[in-house]
Amino acid sequence: MPEKFDVIVVGAGPAGSSCALTCAKNGLNVLLIERGEYPGAKNVMGGVLYRKQMEELVPEFWKEAPLERPVIEQRFWMLDKESVVQFGYKGLEWAVEPYNNFTVLRAQFDQWFAGKAVEAGALLINETVVTECIVENGKVVGVRTDRPDGEVYADVVVLADGVNSLLSKQLGFHKEFRPDEVALTVMEVINLPKEKINDRFNVEDNQGCTIEIFGDSTKGNLGTAFLYTNKDSLNIGVGTTLSSMIKAKLKPYELLDYLKNHPMVKPLIDGGESAEYLAHLIPEGGYRSVPKVAGNGVIVIGDAAQLVNAIHREGSNMAMYSGKLAAEAVVQAKNREDFSESSLNSYREALYGSFIMKDLEKYKDAAHTFEKYPQYFNDYVPMMNKAMSKFFTVDGTPKREKQKQIMKSVTGEKGTLRVLQDIYRAWKAVK
Amino acid sequence: MSTKNIEEKQYLLRFKCDTKSHLTVLDHDVCMTQCPDKVCTVFCPAEVYKWEGTRMQVGYEGCHECGSCRIGCPYQNIKWEYPKGGHGIVFRLA
Repeated sequence: MPEKFDVIVVGAGPAGSSCALTCAKNGLNVLLIERGEYPGAKNVMGGVLYRKQMEELVPEFWKEAPLERPVIEQRFWMLDKESVVQFGYKGLEWAVEPYNNFTVLRAQFDQWFAGKAVEAGALLINETVVTECIVENGKVVGVRTDRPDGEVYADVVVLADGVNSLLSKQLGFHKEFRPDEVALTVMEVINLPKEKINDRFNVEDNQGCTIEIFGDSTKGNLGTAFLYTNKDSLNIGVGTTLSSMIKAKLKPYELLDYLKNHPMVKPLIDGGESAEYLAHLIPEGGYRSVPKVAGNGVIVIGDAAQLVNAIHREGSNMAMYSGKLAAEAVVQAKNREDFSESSLNSYREALYGSFIMKDLEKYKDAAHTFEKYPQYFNDYVPMMNKAMSKFFTVDGTPKREKQKQIMKSVTGEKGTLRVLQDIYRAWKAVK
Repeated sequence: MSTKNIEEKQYLLRFKCDTKSHLTVLDHDVCMTQCPDKVCTVFCPAEVYKWEGTRMQVGYEGCHECGSCRIGCPYQNIKWEYPKGGHGIVFRLA
C-alpha cells in the first residue's frame, strides 16, 4: 500500500463507490475503505434505484448490473383499518430502455458497483473501520483505521460513511442528530415464486410494481410503509421518525408484523417465505439538517450529508450524484494543488446548485409540518376512506345529498376553518 | 413461512460476532433512576436492550448497527461504536 493517496473514500455505498469510480476514471489514485465483509453488507434500502444518476456513472448499466425488476407501476395507498384508497400510475414507457427506475437488492448491487470503481483503478479494502480522521494544523490529512499500523494519508478524505457519519460529527460538522431527524425503518425480504408475484401484482416477467402505503401502515404516525416487487421476492417495510416511534412506544418489528397481517396487505404476501430482516436509519431531517459538506482536506457526501428526499423516496440517486460532484471538485482541486476548504467549496456550490439541494429546499418544512400536525395521517386518511366508501355505496341516497353528507362529515368533525388551515399548511409545506 | 416475531426475524440473519461489545451503557444507574420508560428496550429493532431490574443487558451480538439507540437515548447514555472491521451484522440480500 503506498503511503499516500490522492483520495481516500470512506464507505463503499452508492455515494462512496460513485465518488471512487469518478476519481479513478480521472486518473486519481483512490483508496476506498469499507467496514463490512463486502460492500453492501451493512447497507439497507427499500429498493428503488433511479436510472438517471446511475446512468451518468455507468452508461447502460442495466445491461450488466444485478437489478431486480424495472418499475412500471407506482401505487399509493391511503390505508385505513379495513379499507384503502388507491391511486397510481402504470406506463409501458417505463418497461423499455432507458427505464425510469428499478428494484434492487443492495447487498448484490453494492458489490457490483464497488467493483466498477475497482475496474476503473480504485483500491478497495474491506473489513476496515475508519476510527477517525487525522487532522493536522486544522486540515484533514488522512484516516486512522482499526488495522495494525492503520494510518493512511491523502490530499482529500471523502466521508461517505452513511447516516450515522461518526466521522463528520468528530470533525464538528454536525451535532448529534435529534430523533425527529431520522426515520427508523425495518423491512423483510419475503421469497415468493415469480409467477405468484406476476399474478398478484398484474405484471409480466421483468416488470415491477411499487406500493407506498400511508396511514394505518404506521398506525397514523409520521412515516410510510412500502411493498416492492423483486424477481422472486418482495421487500416489505415500514418506518417512522424515531421520535414518533419513541412517543407512540412502538416496537418497529411489531409494526412490521401489523402491516404484514393487515387485510389489504396479507393476500399479496401470503405463502411467502421470510428470507431476511433488516433495520436501518434514514436521514430525513432534510434541508436544515444538511451539515457542513466541505472543509480543509475533507468532503461529505450521500447519507452522511443527509441527502435524502423522503417525500419522493430518493436517496441513493442523490448519494451517487453527490459522489460524482465531489469527485469533480477533487479533480479540480488536484489541478490547482489546493485542497483547502475554499478550494473544495466548489463541491458545496455544485451541490447547492443541483437538483439535490433544490429539491431538499422545496420540502424543507414538510417533515416538520407533518410531525407537528399529526392529523394528516391520523385523521384525514381515515376520513378519505370513509368518504370514498360513502360515495360508492349505492343505498338510494341521491348523489348530491351524499356529497353534502361527506362535506359535512369532514368539516363537521373539525370545523371548516380548521380544515382550510390544514389544507393550506400542507400545501405550503410541499409547494 | 413468514416470520411472526422478533426471534424468528433475528434468526434469519448472519452475524460475525466480535468478542467485545461495540455498545456500552455508560451508567446503569441513569437507566434505573432517571429513565422510567427505558425507550431503548422498546424501539430497538433487534431487541438488543433488556432491562434486568438493576442493569441494562446489552445483547450486542444481534445488533443491526442502525444507530437508533445512540440518537434515541434520552440521556445520551449509550456509547456507540462500529464493530471491528468485517464483524457484526452481514446483510446478504437487501
